[in-house]
Amino acid sequence: MSRKPTNKPTDPGTTGHIWDGIEELNNPLPRWWLWTFYACILFALIYSVLYPAWPLLSRATPGLLGYSTRDNVAAEIQRFADANGPIRARLEAADLAAIPADPELNQYATSAGAAVFRTWCAQCHGSGAAGVQASGYPNLLDDDWLWGGDIANIHTTIAHGIRNTTDPDARYSEMPKFGELLTPDEIAQVVQHVLAISGQDHDAGLATAGATLFADNCASCHGDAGEGNRDLGAPVLTDAIWLYGGDAVALTDTITNARFGVMPNWNTRLSEADLRAVAVYVHGLGGGE
Amino acid sequence: MTPTDAPPPSLYAPREPVFPRRVKGYFRTLKWWIMGVTLGIYYITPWLRWDRGPNLPDQAVLIDLSGRRFFFFMIEIWPHEFYFVAGLLIMAGLGLFLFTSALGRVWCGYACPQTVWTDLFILVERWVEGDRNARLRLHRQAWNGEKARKRLMKWAVWLLIAMATGGAWVFYFADAPTLLRGLVTGEAHPVAWAFIAGLTATTFVFGGFMREQICIYACPWPRIQAAMMDEDTITVAYRDWRGEPRGKLQKGAIAPADAHGDCIDCMACVNVCPTGIDIRDGQQLACITCALCIDACDDTMAKIGKPRGLIDYLALTDEVAERAGTAVKPVWKHILRPRTILYTVLWGGVGLGLVAALFLRSDIGLHVTPVRNPTFVTLSDGAIRNTYDLRLLNKHGGAREFAISLTSDAGLALTLEGQAAQTVTVPGNATTMQRIYVVAPAGSRAAGTDRTDLRLWVADLGNTDRIHSDTIFNGKDD
Repeated sequence: MSRKPTNKPTDPGTTGHIWDGIEELNNPLPRWWLWTFYACILFALIYSVLYPAWPLLSRATPGLLGYSTRDNVAAEIQRFADANGPIRARLEAADLAAIPADPELNQYATSAGAAVFRTWCAQCHGSGAAGVQASGYPNLLDDDWLWGGDIANIHTTIAHGIRNTTDPDARYSEMPKFGELLTPDEIAQVVQHVLAISGQDHDAGLATAGATLFADNCASCHGDAGEGNRDLGAPVLTDAIWLYGGDAVALTDTITNARFGVMPNWNTRLSEADLRAVAVYVHGLGGGE
Repeated sequence: MTPTDAPPPSLYAPREPVFPRRVKGYFRTLKWWIMGVTLGIYYITPWLRWDRGPNLPDQAVLIDLSGRRFFFFMIEIWPHEFYFVAGLLIMAGLGLFLFTSALGRVWCGYACPQTVWTDLFILVERWVEGDRNARLRLHRQAWNGEKARKRLMKWAVWLLIAMATGGAWVFYFADAPTLLRGLVTGEAHPVAWAFIAGLTATTFVFGGFMREQICIYACPWPRIQAAMMDEDTITVAYRDWRGEPRGKLQKGAIAPADAHGDCIDCMACVNVCPTGIDIRDGQQLACITCALCIDACDDTMAKIGKPRGLIDYLALTDEVAERAGTAVKPVWKHILRPRTILYTVLWGGVGLGLVAALFLRSDIGLHVTPVRNPTFVTLSDGAIRNTYDLRLLNKHGGAREFAISLTSDAGLALTLEGQAAQTVTVPGNATTMQRIYVVAPAGSRAAGTDRTDLRLWVADLGNTDRIHSDTIFNGKDD
């Protein structure tokens, strides 16, 4: 179906542009549209003078009003820092063990500590603080602590870290690689003994032989009965919690090659108040002593 | 370019001013009463007191936005119980459907704030400037001292009413006596002033100048109501068969009945109409069914010795039946229809549900969030521990001590984070978060099963109130 041109006498003529017989009418712009357009141009000119607008090499023109979203953010952060100043001062001065008994301080430390934990600790320990099972990232929710589970001990561990060389006060201990000291058969016997004292299925004959090897090689750190030693960070071998796995394969690997879990010292990156806050938070996760 | 000389048609029609004449009669009296009652409710409600005990506000109706509480006499609604408000809104909607399908736009005509306040403003207008003819004259005459005096006087009274309207509104959102003191001394919160200013302006403009334009152009209800009305809906209508053909009454001689209908074209119905329409044109969008034309026409019919009801409440089918001379349906048959019965049942169902919910709900609240990161923790002795975050609500004004316990058939044990005993004290009118630990002994069934059902209880140590919440315990399912 073809359409005839519908130009009426009232039409304002055409622009002269024709595409395939289609002509473009030269309608005037509505007044309100035109005035809005001019107003927008005026607004843009004024805006670009008053506010940061024109890009230069390193930054944009500052604008007469000196407005800066970065400054606003900085001011907002400072406002919160000022508001938290008194309670952070109290947190730094408080006796660590007494913090849980002070509801206001405990509430602040737990909330602030949770934020610190999510920022700095969750990468290894997980956002829920459950660690990574059998991979050497300890679960902070349970009641088993290598270096002590009261707030003061947790605070020390976080501040100085574990087995790092940057802080002389870091928690430090090193288990020998018994693969270089014992034969594989002997290691297998020790593994059976450890399975026995932790209440798992084991070969009684090998375990009896392993008991002697354990007393000679392991008991100095892990204790005669495998009860562990927190001064050395030597884990308890009789409980249900294993940092690197508790079955025969994992134990053989651990004894043969040893383990060397590390954690950085946080005292150079976090303020004392943040260290204390995150210690209180970790202590309150359910396993604190 | 071929511009035309003829100006384009205007897209804007100016408002025809309306000068409603004073009328007396049954429906006018009814409307005065309804106006008195509705305005009374609006202005008096914030000042009613209701004793709720210590630490809770004693204002009977209070919407505490900052505290996130809604108080309505003996009922207190917290944000999580917002379904009560949703239910009330649904009931209001269904109620509007019911009344509209049965009686047309009775809401518009009698109870809508726009109608009530416009009525009040017209009352003031009539008091200051006189009735219809005087106001028409004043409207047409040039500005002089008298006109300026009357206009200023009218606007001043309107403004006072508008300020009282806006002022009453804010009392619903704060303790009324305290806020009034703040308003008098100038110490009230700027938000209160802003709302009073805004509502004063809208009341003044809507009631004084916009009037029927709000109903015709701004309000969506006139556009929706057609879907609610049908041929059985009783609404304000003109008995066309009886009135037409209309004609002026000849002085001294009653016209033969066959020559003219009952309508003598006195224009009384048009002159009293607040929206300025002619009801004899039939049902129309602008008619708010205020029924003042019925009063006006009845008055005229009485004067010329004709029966009342030329303009009356009637259904569309009545007009047809009366014209044909057949039996007219009784009123109750118009009202009792499947759709009105359905609306009533729905309305009553929602209402009964809300009342039941109101009486079943407890003034203790317990929300259990199992901590799922991780789902369980193995302890040194091989026991399995789950963690739950409890939110405890205490709706009483005073602090209460709650005992937390659990029931399960799997030998689970419960401890509370940071609490030696298994009790928590929750401050009055507040919520408290409490973390709890549930432990399944090593080797127990719950410790070795993926999911074990568990019921947590919160009991008020001061009385026998208690509530529970069901959740599950996650074990180590190898």
